[in-house]
Amino acid sequence: MSRSAPYGFLAPAMVLFTATLALPILYSLYLSLRGVQVQGLGLGPGARQEVWVGLSNYRQSLSDPAFVHSVVRVVGYGVLLVPTMLGLALLFALLLDSRRSRGGGFARTAIFLPYAVPAVIASLLWGFLYLPDVSPVTDVLHGLGLPAPQLLSSRLVLFAVANIALWGGVGFNMVVLYTSLRAIPTELYEAARLDGAGEVSIAVRIKVPIVLPSLVMTLIFSLIATVQVFAEPTTLRPLTNNISTTWTPLMAVYRDAFTRDDIYSASATSVVIAAVTLVFSFGVLRAVGRRAFAER
Amino acid sequence: MGSNGGTGPTVATVTNSAKGYLVRRSTRLCLAVLLTALTLLAAGCGGGSADGPVKLTFWTWAPNMDKVVAVWNEKHPDIQVTVNKQDGGDPAVTKLLTAVKAGKGAPDIMQAEYQKIPTLVSAGALADISKDVPTSATGQFGTAELRAVDLGSKALYAVPQDTGPLAFFYRADVFQRLGIAVPTTWQQYAAAARQIHQADPTMYLGTFSANDAGWFAGLAQQAGASWWATKGQTWSVDIDSAATRKVADFWGGLVQEGVIDNKPMYTPAWNAALNDGKQVGWVSAVWAPGVLEGNAAKTKGLWQMAPLPQWGSTFTDGAWGGSATGVTTQSQHPEQAAQFATWLNTDPAALKALVSDAGIYPAAKSAQLTTPPAFFSNQSDFYEVAAKGRDAISPFTYGPNVNAAYNAYNDAFGQAADAKTQSAFGQALTQMQSTTLSNLKSSGFTTSQ
Repeated sequence: MSRSAPYGFLAPAMVLFTATLALPILYSLYLSLRGVQVQGLGLGPGARQEVWVGLSNYRQSLSDPAFVHSVVRVVGYGVLLVPTMLGLALLFALLLDSRRSRGGGFARTAIFLPYAVPAVIASLLWGFLYLPDVSPVTDVLHGLGLPAPQLLSSRLVLFAVANIALWGGVGFNMVVLYTSLRAIPTELYEAARLDGAGEVSIAVRIKVPIVLPSLVMTLIFSLIATVQVFAEPTTLRPLTNNISTTWTPLMAVYRDAFTRDDIYSASATSVVIAAVTLVFSFGVLRAVGRRAFAER
Repeated sequence: MGSNGGTGPTVATVTNSAKGYLVRRSTRLCLAVLLTALTLLAAGCGGGSADGPVKLTFWTWAPNMDKVVAVWNEKHPDIQVTVNKQDGGDPAVTKLLTAVKAGKGAPDIMQAEYQKIPTLVSAGALADISKDVPTSATGQFGTAELRAVDLGSKALYAVPQDTGPLAFFYRADVFQRLGIAVPTTWQQYAAAARQIHQADPTMYLGTFSANDAGWFAGLAQQAGASWWATKGQTWSVDIDSAATRKVADFWGGLVQEGVIDNKPMYTPAWNAALNDGKQVGWVSAVWAPGVLEGNAAKTKGLWQMAPLPQWGSTFTDGAWGGSATGVTTQSQHPEQAAQFATWLNTDPAALKALVSDAGIYPAAKSAQLTTPPAFFSNQSDFYEVAAKGRDAISPFTYGPNVNAAYNAYNDAFGQAADAKTQSAFGQALTQMQSTTLSNLKSSGFTTSQ
């Protein structure tokens, strides 16, 4: 075998990585430093010229109040969603794993199934339930003499969107955690029971610490998904006055790229979002991960 | 393509047999055979490009446009048009802009909404076809439609196809039951809205929709606004003008009073309200019957169309929707494409097919329309009312960043509609103006103001 053999084996992966990831990223970086200069009214042919604009796209996107609001909103959304989703996922996984659970197969499928529903379809379904005029929930509440909540009002709309993500996300995280619970050797439980531990203390003292690495992994997935929230609010937007077209950072990118036909600003904002996601994920991994993985 | 497929194998056969003869027969014969074959091949190819039909593609989202195009294809065997159905105005524009950036992939002919034409022209997507469209054709259109396609210059970027004059649609049965006269002024409209909401608090004469910027633009157009203007080589934005402010204040006032709903149009809730008789009026355009038929089938025969309520004594109107047929800069046959665009929108047979098959309201004044749409079969003067609106549409200049302005409308007026105060509507207009202007600047345009 020649010395170049390893490179030969690496080549397919490197080519794919370069063509589908590295080059697009570099191209976005390049575009984010560009802009358009228009000659005259810009109506004749060739009146548009691409020029260097330096960091002005970045300045513009970071100083845009709409973008700043979208970032704050998504932080709130994450604070609401991530602990609830992972908490429920862990709870369901532990319940399914406990010796006393019955009908586990059905429950597992039922909890996982919403994950198989595409986010756009899920948002449409929930959208119908949220609109008081067409929601069957309204009829039930009215029958009980209760007022119907305005779930798409400015105060509740964040909860309404988070709820869709929760509905769709618990199942996936539950399966990840449940799978790693099943991998725990049963001898540990027998030993614990001999020492007098109940189901609850087995769960808290043995199961949770052991699945901690999986929990950290689901946490990072959830954080990335939070930063990238797009489909749910975009689908709900036409139904209410309270979701703007820049409601989340990715919606702002979409607006710049496709509504305003300004790929330069969209690239700059994308680069910012990617950088924040990267720093955030690695930060969490370092802060929580070291402890979690060291305990193994 | 067909001729190539036919001659290809022939040449191969001749060449093979030539090889066989080469040994025994004279090379002269062989050469003769080869030459004959080559001549045939050349003739076949040459004939294909010179005599074969010119092939054009047409991006459109109008329903049944293929049936209209079939009429053309039958009469013009030398210029064959293929329809490529699009999802709608916005997706088609996005696709076209992408094709223009890529340098290939655009169709020859393109349906484009009036408000998108400056955007498309400024992106270099639409060709100037003023040389290929006779004045006898352009003479059939109103000044508002022509201005939308010539952008105030000597060029012509598209041929007007359809127009959407605004009108007031109302539930005649409800108006009769409550003894309300059909409003002819906006003051009367406001009074009718109050009366209806008072009679039944779940009932509204209309809704202010923050989702439909085109609707609001049409209302501003009626009031005399024109949101963009050019002066020399600079653009200006005039969204926050006295005329638009009058319209914003009017609707803001009604929303604040609570006599007009503040939820967007085209939602499941709005559809249900139309169907259940909770929305008993709709300020819409001439194409409304199709929407009502789809969304409020239960109310067939109960609606009437009236001219749009007025601000002053001179009758004016605005438009919501309407589109034109343009030729793209990537077309290899712009002349033939322009010929088709002209035929589609001015030829009597084409106009007839546009009305009956595609169900559109043509911009050409020569179009003969008598039978009202099925959903309004009870209103014999439907097209008289429509024509009155069409002939009174005020000129309006669209700028090269209509999408940004409409997007600013969605966000700013969405907040205002939720706040339900008249002052919020005024602030929304200010915000829409400043967002649009700063976007125009940051898009590299020279602006004054």
